[in-house]
Order: sequence, then structure tokens, then C-alpha cells
Amino acid sequence: MIKPDRIVATTCPYCGVGCNLHLHIKDDLVYKVTSPFDSPSNHGNLCVKGRFGYDFIHSKDRLTQPLMRQGERLVPAKWDEAMGHVADRLLEIREKYGPDSIGFLVSAKCTNEENYLMQKVARGLIGTNNIDHCARL
Amino acid sequence: MTNSIGDIHLADVLLVTGSNTTEAHPVISLEMKKAVRQRGAQLILIDPREIELADFAAIHLRPRSGTDIALLNAMVHVIIAEGLAKKEFIAARTENFDALAEAVKDCTPQWAEDITGIPAGMLIEAAQVYGRAGSAAIFWAMGITQSTHGTDNVQALANLALLTGNFGRPGTGVNPLRGQNNVQGACDMGGLPNVLTAYQSVTDEAIRTKFETAWGSSVKIPAKPGLTVTELMNGALHGTLKALYVMGENPFLSDPNMNHVEAALRAIEFLVVQDIFLNETAQLADVVLPAVSFAEKEGTFTNTERRIQLVRPALPIIGEARRDLDIICDLGKRLSRSNGSASSDVIHTVTDWNYTGASAVWDEIAILTPTMSGITYGRLERGGIQWPCPTPEHPGTPIMHKEKFTRGLGRFTPLIFREPAENPDDEYPFVLNTGRVLQHWHGGTMSRRSIGLNWVVPEGEIQINTDDGQGLDIATGDLIRVSSRRGEATGKARLTDKLPRGMVFMNFHFAEIPANALTNDAVDPVAKIPEYKVAAVRIERV
Repeated sequence: MIKPDRIVATTCPYCGVGCNLHLHIKDDLVYKVTSPFDSPSNHGNLCVKGRFGYDFIHSKDRLTQPLMRQGERLVPAKWDEAMGHVADRLLEIREKYGPDSIGFLVSAKCTNEENYLMQKVARGLIGTNNIDHCARL
Repeated sequence: MTNSIGDIHLADVLLVTGSNTTEAHPVISLEMKKAVRQRGAQLILIDPREIELADFAAIHLRPRSGTDIALLNAMVHVIIAEGLAKKEFIAARTENFDALAEAVKDCTPQWAEDITGIPAGMLIEAAQVYGRAGSAAIFWAMGITQSTHGTDNVQALANLALLTGNFGRPGTGVNPLRGQNNVQGACDMGGLPNVLTAYQSVTDEAIRTKFETAWGSSVKIPAKPGLTVTELMNGALHGTLKALYVMGENPFLSDPNMNHVEAALRAIEFLVVQDIFLNETAQLADVVLPAVSFAEKEGTFTNTERRIQLVRPALPIIGEARRDLDIICDLGKRLSRSNGSASSDVIHTVTDWNYTGASAVWDEIAILTPTMSGITYGRLERGGIQWPCPTPEHPGTPIMHKEKFTRGLGRFTPLIFREPAENPDDEYPFVLNTGRVLQHWHGGTMSRRSIGLNWVVPEGEIQINTDDGQGLDIATGDLIRVSSRRGEATGKARLTDKLPRGMVFMNFHFAEIPANALTNDAVDPVAKIPEYKVAAVRIERV
């Protein structure tokens, strides 16, 4: 039996049922997922994705550094350079075409706090209500 | 959901429509099966396909695609005609009943049979079972909403529940099953063009002032609602949308009419994508910002029953990736510096984008959002809480609308049946329906990278009815091409008796067989949801 370094209680990232998860972690790898029987939404039940669908966390395809476009290619960049470019271009475009020439797609996969802050950026700093996400899709 | 997952097993009757619950919300389907098998609840299933829940259904109605209003209006007609409407509830808690009764006067079961193809006798039986139930709960998903009359469909379901007093009690209610893990939360947090947190309208000046003051905004929040996803894409094509910032989404694959979306994304002058993978949308971006997965961050998700639950960091961040919250705060700081916002004028203390963590962001949300003001991370540590939860002492709300509705009285909406935007014709004789499979998720970004899931279901398929397939000399495994007026997709055919004749079914998890190259981007006039579930297509062997 593998003994976990730690077990972290969290919430499933797949569908809207909101199953409670226990991530069993060894050497910073999620090797097993269980659910507590007293969880209010799922009573310890999990579907096949909720129990086994976590290889993506450790995927070698994960993005690990910012990328910026140079012609046809996306090339690695420093955070400060990438973020500076994003802020400059957004402000430039707002200056030239007005705030409603900018749109934001927030995410049904991101947290409440992230979504809140992103619409705060859009409404409070850019000055547009052009904010939506895939709820309709 | 007006009610909770925990009271599904208390319903006498479950009406499930436009939801393949066993594949899209598997754990909720367990509660439904429990209600049927253990408590003898009756399941009324409305779905053109013979999905797994059909095995549990007392009555399975299989309408022609897009004819929901005819079916539901006829059920209302029968309930009124047979005296099953709950008169006391209607008198005390609703309005506009007379208009509803007038609107369904001619919606007889026979009329509905001609439109939907469902035998009048079955329609009558379904109405009787629903109408006579002590407690009846309605569940739906995108089969109801992804329609050019999706808003009407939802209102028609609400009519049924109002008519029979199925609100505010355990085992009742109108219960949309939300798709993504935090689609409820993204809506609740103002990730929509017309509302701030908890549906506080941008058109309300007092609301805008409240947020501007708390944020110390140097710019005014516009009073005019913004553009929806589909409208943003149109704006890009017409050159009015110049920049798009995409966080954690892949519109390339998930939006309808893919060729149109690709053209739109290419036309945008400046595209930023913040994601954990270089998805199809990110490949077109000018800047790609590496974010982290749910396992590397702190925050909250809100589930389909409005339950706000903690997400806890479990793993160290990979490479130079950054938490989404840190990326947004970095952007916030850079933009506010350039805006020259004066933080000394700010009444709230955390508007300088120096949040100490997700819980500090939550505290700001709670201050600005009356229906969530009673929720803190301290409370969430002890378990999720269902909003509304206005005060620290409030236990949360498992069942909504107990004494009154949010607007006061529940309003009946008279509805008129309209055909879908695109019906099959001589040129495109089949109707395309789309949906999920259990083992995969949305565009496949997560599930297709999970070895076990991909081993069980390694590729997409195009399902057609067995007789249709034989008529066209197509066998299971044959390569076929599906075309619509918007695009085409090629993949292996699977012949099945679970589809009605004339229907093609595809999931949208596999980019190689892109269902959304075919789907129609015609939208509901109110909700702006595209009609994914009805598109006219033709099929041929390759």
C-alpha cells in the first residue's frame, strides 16, 4: 500500500454536481482520489472522471512559461514582458477604439474569486461590460 | 436549482427533460435512480433518444427535436382540463393564470401529437402523473436551453410547476443541472454582460455607484449591457471588437459554427489567452499566460444547487506558471497605475489589487453581494453553504421560494409554439443532436489527457439509427461524412436503435470530429444561447 504524504480535501473540477474530493498525494503526484461519505452533494459517490480523470494535472503539455507571438510563432517570454505588453496593448486599443472594443471571456472552470476579479478588471479598469463565458454553450 | 440534490430522493415524481443525466451529471442520476428503485418514485422522461434513464422511466416521451413548447403546453392543457391545477396555490402565490389558460385552450393532446409525434394518450398520462403527484421535481439541462426558444422552454417548465404548486417544498422545484463545475459561480460572480455579482443589474445606477465606490474605479461602469459570446465573435468579424482576453476557455472548439469562430479569432487584433494548455484558441493568441489547475490553487466553486465549496491547494505550481488570481492582480495593478486611480479616495481597503489571498477576494465579494454576505472562508472550512445566505447566522438555503418568489408572485407565461431555426429538408434530411459521453468532458482538454478515460473511449463517433444506416448502406465502423450548411465532419459511424429515425447524434469532445463545425449559431432571442440541439445535416459514406 502506498502511504500518502498528504490528503487534501477539495472540490471536483469536472461537472456542476460539486462532488467533494480527497486527493491522495505522494511525491507531489495525485495517485488516488476518494470522496468522504458525509459529503452533502455526493455522499461519497464519484463518477469515472471524478475518480480517475486527473492525469491532466501532471501532463507534459502543461504550459510552464508565458508565450508571445513573433510572426507565425509563439516564443517563450518573461512574465514582466508579457504582462507589460498585455496592459500596454489593452490601454492602447481602449485609447484608439474605446472600451467596448475590448472583450473578456471568463471561465466556468475558474474559481469564483478569479471570475469576480476578472469582471472587476473589465468593468472597473477598462470600462466595458463585454464579459461573458460559456454558460450559454 | 431551486431545490437540493439531497432532496431528489423525496420526490414522488421526477420529470427529466433535455438531460442525459447518467452521462452528464452521473452522481445526480444516482439520486434519481434511488428515488425510483428505493422509494417507488415515478420518472417521466422526455428525450428523443433512448438514454439510460429510459430503463428507469414510468413514461418515456420521445418528441421530435425542438417541439418542447407544443408538448409542455399540452401537458398544461390537460392539467387544467382535468381539474388537477392547485387552485389555492395559484390564488395565493401566482399571477397571470387566466392568460396561461387562454393560451393553452387549443393546445390539445391531439394537436401536440401532430407536432411532436408523441401519441396523445401518452401525453395525457404524463400530465396526469405529474399533476397528481404530492411532490414533483423537474430537472433539465442543455437539451432545454440550447434552443432558439430555450427561454420559452424554461418558462413552460416553470408554468407546469406553478400550476401544480410544486415549489418551496422538499422533492419539488425547477432544477437546471448546470454543466461546468463552476458555471453557476461564473454567473453569480458577474461573468455576464448585464449583471454584477448575484445578478445585480448594470442598468441600475445605485448598484453601479455601490461598486464604483467600493472599487475606487477611475472609470465608470457602463450602464449599457455588454456583448455575449456569440455577439463578441460577430463583433470581431465586423471589426468592432479589437481585443479579446480569454481566461480558461476554448471558444474555438466549444462555440457553434466553428469556421465562423475561427475567422473571428483570427480577425481580432490582440488576443490574450490565460490557460493551462495551449488549446486551439491559444494557438491563435498574441500572448499566452500559463495558469494553474484546480489542484494548485485556492478559491471556491459553486455547484448546481448553489452550494459554495472550498477548493484547496494540493500541489506546488508547475514551472513558471502562475495562479490565475496572481495574474489578474498583476494586470489589475498595471492597468490601475496607467489609469492613475487614486487609492486614497477608496473607502474599501483591498482595492489596490494587493489581496492577501483568495479569502480576501471573497470578503470583498461578500460585502458587495447581499445574498452572500453571511459566507466567510471560516464557515466554508466547516462545509459548503448554499446561497442565499445574507447573515453570519443564516444556515444557507437548501430550498428556495418557500413563502414567496424573488419577484413576489410567480408569474405564468403564455407561450406560443415555434419551429426550430433549421428543420430537416430535402437537401439536409437528418437532424443533428449533440451531447456528452460519460468518460469525457467538453473539448477534451482534461479528460483526453487522462490515460484511463482515453483508453475506455479513445475516439469520437457519429451515431445514426440502424434502419437509416442500412438504408444508406452504412455499417458500424464505416467512415462517414456529416455536412450542414456551415461545415462538415468525418468520423466512424455507429448504428444504434437508441436514436429515433432521422437523427444523427455526435458528442463534442473530439476536435478531429468537430460537431460544432456543423451546429447552428442561431440563438434564443433573450438568453442568446445557440441552438446546438437542432441542425439539419446530410450523411454520406466517404
